[in-house]
Amino acid sequence: MEQLPKWADLIVVPLVGLILAFSLSMLMVFATGHDPMDALSLMVKGALGSTYGWGYTLYYATNFIFTGLAVAVAFHASLFNIGGEGQAALGGLGVALVCLFIPWPHWTIALVAATAAAGLFGALWALIPAYLQAKRGSHIVITTIMFNFIAASLLNYVLVNKLRPKGSMDPATAKFPEPAHLPSLGDMLNAVGIPFAKGTPANVTLVVALLACVFVYYLIWRTRLGYQLRAFGESQPAAVYAGINPVKITIITMMISGALAGLMAINNVMGEAERLILGSVEGAGFIGIAVALMGRSHPLGILFAALLFGALYQGGAELGLWTSIPRELVIVIQALVILFTGALDNMVRSIVAKVLVRPKRAEA
Amino acid sequence: MTTAPAIELKGISKAFGPVQANKDISIRVMPGTIHGIIGENGAGKSTLMSILYGFYKADKGEIYISGKKVSIPDSQAAIAAGIGMVFQHFKLVENFTVLENVILGAEDGALLAPSLRKARKDLAALAAEYELNVDPDALIQDIGVGMQQRVEILKALYRQADILILDEPTGVLTPAEADQLFRILHRLKDEGKTIILITHKLREIMEATDTVSVMRRGEMTATVKTSETSPQALAELMVGRKVLLRVDKTPAQPGEKVLEVENLKVVDSKGVVRIKGVSFDVRAGEILGIAGVAGNGQSELLEVLGGMRNGTGTIRVNGQDLDLTGKFSDARSRRKRGIAHVPEDRQREGLIMDFKAWENTAFGYDDDEAYQTGLLMNNAAIREDAEGKIERFDVRPANADLEAKSFSGGNQQKLVLAREIERDPDLLLVGQPTRGVDIGAIEFIHQQIVALRDKGKAILLVSVELEEILSLSDRIAVIFDGQLMGERLPAETHEKELGLMMAGMTGEDT
Repeated sequence: MEQLPKWADLIVVPLVGLILAFSLSMLMVFATGHDPMDALSLMVKGALGSTYGWGYTLYYATNFIFTGLAVAVAFHASLFNIGGEGQAALGGLGVALVCLFIPWPHWTIALVAATAAAGLFGALWALIPAYLQAKRGSHIVITTIMFNFIAASLLNYVLVNKLRPKGSMDPATAKFPEPAHLPSLGDMLNAVGIPFAKGTPANVTLVVALLACVFVYYLIWRTRLGYQLRAFGESQPAAVYAGINPVKITIITMMISGALAGLMAINNVMGEAERLILGSVEGAGFIGIAVALMGRSHPLGILFAALLFGALYQGGAELGLWTSIPRELVIVIQALVILFTGALDNMVRSIVAKVLVRPKRAEA
Repeated sequence: MTTAPAIELKGISKAFGPVQANKDISIRVMPGTIHGIIGENGAGKSTLMSILYGFYKADKGEIYISGKKVSIPDSQAAIAAGIGMVFQHFKLVENFTVLENVILGAEDGALLAPSLRKARKDLAALAAEYELNVDPDALIQDIGVGMQQRVEILKALYRQADILILDEPTGVLTPAEADQLFRILHRLKDEGKTIILITHKLREIMEATDTVSVMRRGEMTATVKTSETSPQALAELMVGRKVLLRVDKTPAQPGEKVLEVENLKVVDSKGVVRIKGVSFDVRAGEILGIAGVAGNGQSELLEVLGGMRNGTGTIRVNGQDLDLTGKFSDARSRRKRGIAHVPEDRQREGLIMDFKAWENTAFGYDDDEAYQTGLLMNNAAIREDAEGKIERFDVRPANADLEAKSFSGGNQQKLVLAREIERDPDLLLVGQPTRGVDIGAIEFIHQQIVALRDKGKAILLVSVELEEILSLSDRIAVIFDGQLMGERLPAETHEKELGLMMAGMTGEDT
């Protein structure tokens, strides 16, 4: 593979992927008899054109930041954690238990406790696959994905049989008590005089997500643990040579990864739904993979990629709401973006490399 | 009478980005000769041969085979033109038989039986003609390296190759096997085949070739008759300056025993016994060289001592037992006991290739107090340390921000050596210190190892290069099949004796 300059790898490749994805999407919109330009502008306006749109875009983005960071941390250790879905679901269980059964005097304390619970539950859910990988050699991709199903079933059981309020037909917990409600972004911004649409789901968790980005940056590039984790990810024989314990580093890395995925629950469970419902993660765990890939496993890249996917989600929803473009097509568009920016990353890169690197060779 | 050269290259140039790997290279190789190509790592030998075998396309230049201009876009075309290649790393299917490997890619039809029958006959004929005897029904995984190499040669001959290119063919062979290979090559030459031998070993060039071309930094610096040159002259052509081929060192002044190994056994993860009860010791101020063909347990020995693998038996350092299986058997604990380790494979183990040079300076020592500030690592301190090491060990380019993979083999090794030697260890483990390292850097690396010895440190050297063992060691132990075959003093032995011991004959048999 040709060596690309860093700026091209970070900016040009994702951009080209995005353009390809959108071109193909617009072609499909056109094929179904709609005006692609209209659809595109509706998507952009719907996601970014109003504070109402931003309120949703940022809410989705918050989810994706957490799951993206989770995948990225594991990536740095060469571990592919695709269990974000299940870890986030278990994080939700942790949040629900903390919010339902402990009376909190104020949301700030509740937030700290819920963050700890979400992280702990996510980390513990990642611990089992991590242990199986490190000690028994069971492949982490297989085990984490299977643990997604186990998590879903477990949550189903707990919600239906244990946490469902008496008389309710809904597999969900009761509403969290008032002191455990988080302020929304609208409330917070309005309080300081910035107009922002009320009633949108973006909430204070966004700040936690930004802090998580900073935390991951320092963890990966400035701490000994990060150093060892990256070394382990680059070369396992080298890690053994350096005296890095492969079992320990695998387990610690996966628990941090799981904790980050679990943290997503404070956004969707505590911040938005204010109760735990079935299937609350809604695929954000998987979007995290695309976000981490597109963001090059760097917190800053993940921030931007999460925003993009957040906008895509919100824009797609708007499209479904205001046009007769079928909902399925909106999902196709989202899938194309994931395909081109995530999975087909290397294909796009080799094309970019050919265009960028060839002329230089001729000069030499 | 003029015969056309078997192979002629005219003005071959090839660039990878800004790097000019081959610059205007021309050679003529006459039929029925052995032509050597010698040069340091990165001189462009392999690129040139890859062009000839169709892996790369030359930017400029022409290739003539027997006087006819040919173009070689891929390896199929190279085979059609009568070129056969024996790679340094064999391309054989381990669980196929010799026969199946020979026809692989050259089957005549959908059914295998006719091809196999034909190949069996041809193989018998080839064996008779060139004394290339191999059991056609043996599985590759069951036969030795020397035999595997013969299979590679047979593969080429089966495809009617007239020109045979061998890339560093003796890297994995014992001296005796190498001699056998050269006998085969001479036989092939006598039958009119043309052979191109790529190597960095001067001795092989002098013994085996008729003419030799020297490459340096992508250019062909000279082509001479082997009989009219000397190893010293070739070395100078390769490096571009005078080099010391012998190591300059005073007799050792051995002191106390630093390392004592008693009845060490190692079983690998597949249950194969790799080391079968080995005992030896290394004293302060001496270099013990372990000679042996790769794969006879010397790697495992270094790994146990370096804390990368478990073993049983007793190992004492400065009189105190090392933990061989428990909590303190890891590499970090070994470092704390004053053992530094320059691993055999610097690219896989010794360095993180995608880490910058300065990050690699802390590799294995990242728990050093000097590298911490509170919870974070003190990157400024590591960088400063790295810059000092780069300067003192003459690493080029002297840029701590380059990734390890951007350095040449020799400079990567200098980075590892600087990191390990400057820890001032009591015992230094060194594996293949100059594998893939250019001659200029070899001299420097050898000097550093001897200098550490002269400071009164114990050094255990493992190398498959017999010359290196002979010139660097104060004592030599030979390992074969996980056992030590005996010890010799370098002044009282020679390559032949060591070669026999490396092939499994004990000191008494020789």
